Amino acid sequence: MQPKLGVTGWLRWFWRQLTSMRTALFLLLMLAIAAIPGSLVPQRTSDPNGVTQYFVDHPDLAPVLDRVQAFDVYSSAWFSAIYLLLFISLIGCVIPRTKHHFQALRAKPPTTPARLARLSGFTTRDAPAQTDAATAITHARTVLKSSGYRVARFDSAGESSVSAERGYLRETGNLLFHAALVGVLITVGFGGGYGFGGQRVLVEGQTFVNTLLAYDSFNPGRFFDDTTLDPYTLSLDDFAVSYEQQNLQAYGQPIDFTADVTVTPKGDAAEPGVVKVNGPLRTNGTNIYLLGNGYAPTITVTAPDGTVVFSDSVPFLPQDANLTSLGIVKVPDGLSEQLGMIGFFYPTQDKMASGANFSSYPDLEYPLLTLNVYTGDLGLDDGVPTSVYALTTDTLKQQTGGATGVDSIELKPGSSAELPNGLGTVSFVDNDPAASAAGDFSQSVPRFASFDIHHDPTQVWLISFSALVLFGLFTGLLVPRRRVWVKATTRGDGSVHLEYAGLARGDDPALEAAVTAMADRHLKLLNTHQPVVATPEPT
Amino acid sequence: MNLTDPALLNTYSLYALYSAMAVYALAFIAFAVDLARRSSAVDAIEAADLVEADAAPAAGAAPAGAASAGSTRTLERPALKQPVLSRISARMDNDAALPYGRSSSLRVGVALTVLAWAVHLAATIMRGFAADRVPWANMYEFAMTGTLLIMTVFLIVLIRSDLRFLGTFVTGLVLVLLGIAALQFYVEVAPLPPALQSAWLVIHVFVASLATGMFALGFALSTVQLLQFRRENHVIEGTAAPRGAVASALRLHFLATLPSSATLENLAYRITIIGFILWTFTLMAGSIWAEQAWGRYWGWDTKEVWTFIIWVIYAGYIHARATRGWRGSRSAWLAIIGFSAVMFNFGIVNVFFKGLHAYSGL
Ligand code: HEM
Repeated sequence: MQPKLGVTGWLRWFWRQLTSMRTALFLLLMLAIAAIPGSLVPQRTSDPNGVTQYFVDHPDLAPVLDRVQAFDVYSSAWFSAIYLLLFISLIGCVIPRTKHHFQALRAKPPTTPARLARLSGFTTRDAPAQTDAATAITHARTVLKSSGYRVARFDSAGESSVSAERGYLRETGNLLFHAALVGVLITVGFGGGYGFGGQRVLVEGQTFVNTLLAYDSFNPGRFFDDTTLDPYTLSLDDFAVSYEQQNLQAYGQPIDFTADVTVTPKGDAAEPGVVKVNGPLRTNGTNIYLLGNGYAPTITVTAPDGTVVFSDSVPFLPQDANLTSLGIVKVPDGLSEQLGMIGFFYPTQDKMASGANFSSYPDLEYPLLTLNVYTGDLGLDDGVPTSVYALTTDTLKQQTGGATGVDSIELKPGSSAELPNGLGTVSFVDNDPAASAAGDFSQSVPRFASFDIHHDPTQVWLISFSALVLFGLFTGLLVPRRRVWVKATTRGDGSVHLEYAGLARGDDPALEAAVTAMADRHLKLLNTHQPVVATPEPT
Repeated sequence: MNLTDPALLNTYSLYALYSAMAVYALAFIAFAVDLARRSSAVDAIEAADLVEADAAPAAGAAPAGAASAGSTRTLERPALKQPVLSRISARMDNDAALPYGRSSSLRVGVALTVLAWAVHLAATIMRGFAADRVPWANMYEFAMTGTLLIMTVFLIVLIRSDLRFLGTFVTGLVLVLLGIAALQFYVEVAPLPPALQSAWLVIHVFVASLATGMFALGFALSTVQLLQFRRENHVIEGTAAPRGAVASALRLHFLATLPSSATLENLAYRITIIGFILWTFTLMAGSIWAEQAWGRYWGWDTKEVWTFIIWVIYAGYIHARATRGWRGSRSAWLAIIGFSAVMFNFGIVNVFFKGLHAYSGL
């Protein structure tokens, strides 16, 4: 045997195996099993902090799991191998079936079987007197055609029959379903590559320009060109929240978050917009989602000589449902030492029996800011990027709070305190001093909103393919495909005997009822035509 | 009585729910009695068969007309003593080996189920009005509405196919789920958090529950199919009653009065594919909602993972039915695994797994 033939033969065998129904089933079941680990172990894409924590909790196991890509299951080599093989199998399966189906669509229904009695829904009728076999079949053909059947007629001496088939849409739907699945996979696979996603935190009153540098973090797709970013501006005018106050069972539960924004396209007029949790703002080719919010206390640090060395509204990250929030202030320049502060903000401050502060309600009822002060080298000059939300305290000396014996600085909106070591003063600026003086703190501290800004040009494709998947599924599973035969035989006495039967192609619960209904309609039609046919014959 | 007071409405809703559970429990008993009666009727017939076979070996050659008459109670009639083998018929409708009509306990069971369903419906609607929104925004409400839909699907299917013999299973399942919901998941009425304020909550969760109802029935039918298949094999092998087998140990002799395994398989398939279409829609609607709420349509969140796994298992089930060697019992096992995954997704994933779908309100 020639080796070349052996290779092709082997490849052909392999291809036949791969595109067999049994392999498809095996790969489907493998896919289901392979998807399970990703729900048991935290995943880098959906829960990066969980992964970090997992490494801390299971220092021995985590590296092993990492080596088998257990933290990236859905992009792992083994998961990808399964679904890629599945889809190759699918394509190899669908193409020949499509060819076959095209032929079936053009072919005539098959000849009427000799014995109908063995088939489903078999039933017989007697044609009305004076109706001959050929006429009966002509009418049967009409009935079947009007019910959407494709028909073929067969006549021989003393016997006529019609063979009918319907429900080609079933196979069409099935093929469409599988093809649309390929469409979904390709769109999902490549779609991400042409878009981008970015995050940006905005405090009330701040404006952001849609450019690369303005993002807090930015994840471009593989094929995305940064220069195509449309530099519109987005301002957060107002961030409104409301909390449940009537229902004591759910007291303080958030009811609504609304970000009122202004969008100004480049060289165009500004237009107002709204971003809500379930209502992204779709503008200038991007979708803007509201993902988080919190308080951004305005803090000012003044040097002993009166120069302001720091003044900003600092976003504090919420730590619990009542918005106890944690924030970091770093003042590298202008003071005799570098200054770092870890702040806790309590929108409605309360004290536990132990004396520790906590927040008892998420809105601004009785706001309090506490600050732990650190001095030393902030590590900002080493060129290593550091997070604005974290303070590395290893190289710093704590001055207030904790074990220092000096109380933390506690500030109400509008108040100030001396920093330790005569470094200067820190103030908690009140946004609305007049109202606060009257006891209404609701506007004293600005809020921030964190936005996700996405651009995904393939969403339209994805939704179209999904609609096709659903349509294909409906027709592929629910449209009955069946064959029906009607046979008319002339008996010795000249009367005509009618036989009806059907054959299901795929699951078809209504076949027998359909054959009976067809027989009844047919006979009704024959009877109504009776007067025309029934001209008395001279015998 | 002030029906505009949410707290009071919620209290009435709870009363109604507990009443519904009590009536479901009575229905469960009635259905169980029906099964027990079927078993003893089958035992009686088989004992009579043996006696007759001893007395007149040629007897039973004439198939009895009563077998095809079907809807009446034929078991008591001696006319039914056909040879055991001929009792396995391939016909779709009423092809039970020993057709058994509707006993009084079965009728009582169905009537009680309808009554309990009505009270259950009232409980759910009152909870909805008490909360002033759709009653499926936390685990408690989701269980309440989900079981209501399982029951609704069952009662609607009863109009078209005689699946009354599943009454024990369906009422039992609903009772267990409602019991867990009322005892473990109960939460007071609370407003919707912003993440759930969406029309997709109505559509996505409702359709998911409907699909669950379909899968539950498919699961029950597939289970009975497997048991029936065992019994038929024993009959074919010539051991009239599966002595020593599971069916015998559990005294599942009533199986002889249920449709053949082939019929059960077809019924299970038809109901499950409807569930699959609904589940496909659930998955898509969920992605659309996730895009609106979280800015990405698919992120392999644990709940998304399990929705996907369930979808793939049922795709496997449909394929199995079209694969040589997998029709019948093997595909039935896939339907059973599929429904177990649905229950796992609802009961375990919601409660114990960490993820974005943190709406359980526990
Ligand atoms: C991503 C993988 C796949 C999924 C999710 C899937 C899903 C489905 C579903 C839901 C159906 C029933 C719907 C209908 O008939 O319209 C179906 C039917 C079918 N599939 Fe697939 N399929 C996949 C891959 C494949 C592959 C690889 C093959 C070929 C080897 C295949 C061959 C078939 C056939 C022949 C049917 C018709 C079955 C019948 O008539 O009952 N499928 N598939």
